[in-house]
Amino acid sequence: MSSSSNPSTHHTSTIGSIGTPSRRNTELALLVFAVVIPVFAYANVGLAINDSVPPGLLSYGLGLGLLAGVGHLVVRKFAPYADPLLLPVATLLNGLGLVLIWRLDQSKRLQALDNFVQAAPRQLLYTALGIALFVVVLVFLKDHRVLQRYTYISMVGALVLLLLPLVPGLGKNVFGARIWIQIPGLGSIQPGEFAKIVLAVFFAGYLMVKRDALALASRRVIGLYLPRGRDLGPIIVVWAISILILVFETDLGTSLLFFGMFVIMLYVATERTSWIVFGLLMSAAGAVGVATFEPHVQQRVQAWLDPMREYTLSQEGVAGHTEQSMQALWAFGSGGTLGTGLGQGNSDLIKFAANSDFILATFGEELGLAGVMAILLLYGLIVERGVRTSLAARDPFGKLLAVGLSGAFALQVFVVAGGVMGLIPLTGMTMPFLAYGGSSVLANWALIGILIRISDTARRPAPAPAPNPDAEMTQVVRP
Amino acid sequence: MNKPLRRIAIFCGLLILALLIRDNWIQYVQADSLKDDPKNRRVSIARYATPRGDIIVDGNPITGSTKTSGDDFNDFEYKRTYKDGAMWAPVTGYASQAFGATQLENIEDGILTGNDDRLFFRRTLDMITGKKKEGGNVVTTLNAAAQKAAYDGLLKRGKGAVAAIDPETGAILALASTPSYDPSTFAGNSTKVDGAAWEKLQKKNNPDDPMLNRALREIYPPGSTFKVVTAAAALEHGLYPDPDAKTDSPDPWTMPDTTTELPNDGNIPCKDATLRNALRFSCNTVFGKVGSDLGKDKMLETAEKFGFNKEQFIPIRASASNFPTEMDKPQTALSSIGQFETATTPLQMAMVASAVANDGTLMKPYMVDKRQAPNLDVIEQTDPAKMSEPLSEENAQILQSMMETVVKEGTGTRAQINEDGVTVGGKTGTAQHGENNSKNPYAWFISYAKLDDGSSPVAVAVVVEDSNADRNEISGGGLAAPIARDVMKAVIDSKK
Repeated sequence: MSSSSNPSTHHTSTIGSIGTPSRRNTELALLVFAVVIPVFAYANVGLAINDSVPPGLLSYGLGLGLLAGVGHLVVRKFAPYADPLLLPVATLLNGLGLVLIWRLDQSKRLQALDNFVQAAPRQLLYTALGIALFVVVLVFLKDHRVLQRYTYISMVGALVLLLLPLVPGLGKNVFGARIWIQIPGLGSIQPGEFAKIVLAVFFAGYLMVKRDALALASRRVIGLYLPRGRDLGPIIVVWAISILILVFETDLGTSLLFFGMFVIMLYVATERTSWIVFGLLMSAAGAVGVATFEPHVQQRVQAWLDPMREYTLSQEGVAGHTEQSMQALWAFGSGGTLGTGLGQGNSDLIKFAANSDFILATFGEELGLAGVMAILLLYGLIVERGVRTSLAARDPFGKLLAVGLSGAFALQVFVVAGGVMGLIPLTGMTMPFLAYGGSSVLANWALIGILIRISDTARRPAPAPAPNPDAEMTQVVRP
Repeated sequence: MNKPLRRIAIFCGLLILALLIRDNWIQYVQADSLKDDPKNRRVSIARYATPRGDIIVDGNPITGSTKTSGDDFNDFEYKRTYKDGAMWAPVTGYASQAFGATQLENIEDGILTGNDDRLFFRRTLDMITGKKKEGGNVVTTLNAAAQKAAYDGLLKRGKGAVAAIDPETGAILALASTPSYDPSTFAGNSTKVDGAAWEKLQKKNNPDDPMLNRALREIYPPGSTFKVVTAAAALEHGLYPDPDAKTDSPDPWTMPDTTTELPNDGNIPCKDATLRNALRFSCNTVFGKVGSDLGKDKMLETAEKFGFNKEQFIPIRASASNFPTEMDKPQTALSSIGQFETATTPLQMAMVASAVANDGTLMKPYMVDKRQAPNLDVIEQTDPAKMSEPLSEENAQILQSMMETVVKEGTGTRAQINEDGVTVGGKTGTAQHGENNSKNPYAWFISYAKLDDGSSPVAVAVVVEDSNADRNEISGGGLAAPIARDVMKAVIDSKK
């Protein structure tokens, strides 16, 4: 459990808390950049489209600055030793996403569509709610280990969230994927985004208790430690649920995300490579099995293998086909190395979901290869800081939860960006922070809040030991 | 737990790395092909962002541009217009907001939009001085009078095509195809108007296939007009060097290795006929035997020198005309009289006539004379280029005299031009097609005109598919020759 790279464990605990730098000022400095960059981008879009600085520039800048400032102050007060990179990177991504959503709002081509709404004001509201949720997490979740108590409640909660879209009358089918629920008066929610966090809590709590049984009771066959039959239970259950999601919600991405997250956490908990092998075999078997009889999945794979054919079919008006994949590829290609410049591309040709699932294509066209690589590296930074937090955490529950959340985040980025760029078949998920969508923004701010909470605990200097009456006389030496 | 954690960190890094590599692939390696993909709408948006340059014939533009109107959102600012669109369609092709561009409109798109690399410096200068981007012009070699004569003549006959070439340079003078279409009817982007017009022109809705450029893209059996090629081969390979000496030609003639007799059309004097008379009366027996005696290799050599079996780019692509490469003796005989698998574009037969008229030298056909910058500076001028020499000057002149006999007193009398100093040489053809010749044959005529100063201003090929005509009346001389005559006359008159 000891983590050699954690600076706090290098101290002998008798010396007590030599102040580990809290890095809060670093965070503040980075946050300034995270606010200023989107403000400049916003001005840039306005100048490119309307030849004038957008009238909302000041209020946008102040608003984003205020939200970031609140976030920062709350971290300073409630999680002073937290990782200094998570908040600024999330703010930057969220701010850039807002700018591009506003930019797509200005598109005449999208305005001509029937169901057009101004998305940027809503997204700003969601962002405010997201940061509020972030604040709530930090203020009320004083110690992440509290979550451990809710292991089985989390399980039930996650199952409910996952199954909600299947409830008749509540679930909504958007382009073949049933991952939405419609709540009258509130709009639609993607419960899968929240289920991601709740499931991570359940997996962490469950695996923390069962890890020894899963890890040690095994037989060795050809260099692999095979688990006992009855220990296979949980992985088979999760696998079955993933397959059910795939079949009934026809969403490859969500299914892959949950199963992948579970395999990652199982591997970390047990240190058994055999679980990875099992996981890969089972997901391969599941994917192939479902793809053979599920036409929606087949079609997605077809569209991925030959996006041009899919485009042609959609132009001929064949139902169920969409031009989006090809349009996204054209957007990326037309952007080239440096992009057309903000506000000067035609990524709105993607039309449906241009500002949500496909928003990365707008980055690709207008900021080019350079911009997309920067965005991807920012995501990479969040993921690696999350894994770093897991390494530094001192309790197994915190370790598992942090790696589960970071791993899920990484898988989500991979599945969405890979789908939009044509690396893997397209699935119906959104780029965290960038894409338009309340569920996604809220859930991801909560995720960052939990990671910050774990990292605060992990980086916090070890508490001074209770005063020892013998301390004067005896020198305690610990390794 | 830390060892697996580090591995997970590497795994997540690899996921991001895979995305970065994929991004480099689509935004760097494949960027240009995606960007210039004709189906990528950005290409059309750029194409119509400014008024398009014009295609010019005889100093007058045959195209134009107007501001797109309409209430619906339209991302194309300008729309293409055409003057006499149907007549010029085989030359211009179309540039449609909804349906893309073809032929000159497509090939010369860089010049017409002003995006060509050669206009880069000017474009940059315009950007600095704040001028809007403009397109350049494409100046064609076509002759408006000849084109009109060709198109009007074909309209009277229904389906057909004409190609006319200046034999001395290879410049295309006329390129007509009927039935035709007016590209301005679907130049816009409206589903209701342009989409409907487009649908009506598609082959599945219109069996006449008006959008087919018959002059360049349809290959027809050439029938007897191909005997000019066979005659050239006979002269060139020394089989019958003297056109007025008797040939060794039985009539009726049984094709080698078969019991099938090759018939002549009607009761014509073909037994041992001279080469001149064989061409004059269009003897199948004589030319079938010539081809069979020469053998397929020598026939193929001559045919390919005339341009057969190769696509031509003028710069519009013209389909490759076909002279079979694998055949036995009777098939060689049939191929040599323009039957079996021999099939040619009208352009190809005009090239044959032009090579004969130009004393044996075939010039590379071309239809773009100049490409101009928006300020009319010439950025590229096409120089006439020699393509091949299918026959010697001496033999070419012999063949000219033979073709002149055909027009003077043979099957091609309807092509005569009764003006002082004008000599016309030609050859008729009536090509059978359909199983057992069940369909109406194609009427062919190829010819050239020479002036008394020895120059040769025009060679022309005409093909008419007349489904309404009485079968017996169809003959190259009756249907196609008058059109050829009018085209040639138009060219000669415009030179005066």
